[in-house]
Amino acid sequence: MTPPKKKRKKPSKEPDDYWKIKKELKEKGIKLYNQIFFRDWCKACGICIAFCPKNVFNRDKEGKPVIEKPDDCIGCHFCELHCPDFAITIQERYPDRRRKKNGK
Amino acid sequence: MPNNATRLPHDYLRHDKKFPHVWCPGCGNGIVLGSLIRAIDNIGLEKDEIVMASGIGCSGRLPVYVDFNTLHTTHGRALTFATGIKLAKPSLKVIAVMGDGDATAIGGNHFIHAARRNLDLTAIIINNQIFGMTGGQYSPTTPYGCKASTALYGNIEHAFSIAELAVTAGASYVARSSVFHAKLLDKIIAQGIQRRGFSVIVAMSNCHVQYGRRNQMGSPVIMMEWLRDHAVRIEKAGDLPAKDLQDKFTIGVLADVDKPDYIEEYQKIRERAKEG
Repeated sequence: MTPPKKKRKKPSKEPDDYWKIKKELKEKGIKLYNQIFFRDWCKACGICIAFCPKNVFNRDKEGKPVIEKPDDCIGCHFCELHCPDFAITIQERYPDRRRKKNGK
Repeated sequence: MPNNATRLPHDYLRHDKKFPHVWCPGCGNGIVLGSLIRAIDNIGLEKDEIVMASGIGCSGRLPVYVDFNTLHTTHGRALTFATGIKLAKPSLKVIAVMGDGDATAIGGNHFIHAARRNLDLTAIIINNQIFGMTGGQYSPTTPYGCKASTALYGNIEHAFSIAELAVTAGASYVARSSVFHAKLLDKIIAQGIQRRGFSVIVAMSNCHVQYGRRNQMGSPVIMMEWLRDHAVRIEKAGDLPAKDLQDKFTIGVLADVDKPDYIEEYQKIRERAKEG
């Protein structure tokens, strides 16, 4: 008989102050977004830099975007929809998720 | 597959096909591909239900990158191959992707007769106003006076509009958008796939390398701004005077007629023949 596999405890990705920050942001009425940029697929066309309404990106030496002001992003998803190389993803930083049962 | 990008198109791409794709930096074909994937995901179709056929040209590379049943055919004949597939197995959703030269110059005859026949196909025509891959020759949609590699002193022929041609030829759903208006493009592609009958989706795109460079628009950003400034919503176009609409194009749904398609009519004939 094979011994039962030990369940490895997954490290929690959720930071301890997740719900605290989320509550504070909700009271202020702000939503924050993460910009995930996949550099290897980017061809430096400059569409995301030129059309960003809040100038979140800045141009680096190769012409590829550098995320300069991540907190200014309003989540319009323009860069995500118009990136021809699928190199940018915009995600909400503190999305609504189910609260852990045993957590505080 | 990039592990730090979790977005939707990666579920549909063939990651063994050498990414980033072959198109020039900032090419509109990538945006159309993204729109197509989002539209198909919104409808909720399975990957196996869809067949994509393409002709020759930059747009011919588009089905290579997506994980559907795909077919890369000869120049201008994407619609004829698509017709064959649809007649052999009507349950499949067949999408033909063509460029403007592919659909209206080399395959112009096939295009108007596919529209007249009203077979249940979706034709996505990426209109970049030039033959991009073959070296910048002028196409039937190159505007009057614009320069191309075969029109060094300016094009002396007049362009025609693909969408209006399709309306006249009898397509049941015709819509136009541009790559700048990607959300509208998502919507009309989804509607076009769901409608019965022949649906034509014209996506105005940018070719800054072959078309733009010769016409003082040598970057994707300038061409996207051109698309933004020259597009007029069809709902608003009626109120504007004709002078304002001279060098502009309308975006939105141009025709939406519900009429029985070829497969239904053919089925009726088969049943009638069985009785007699």
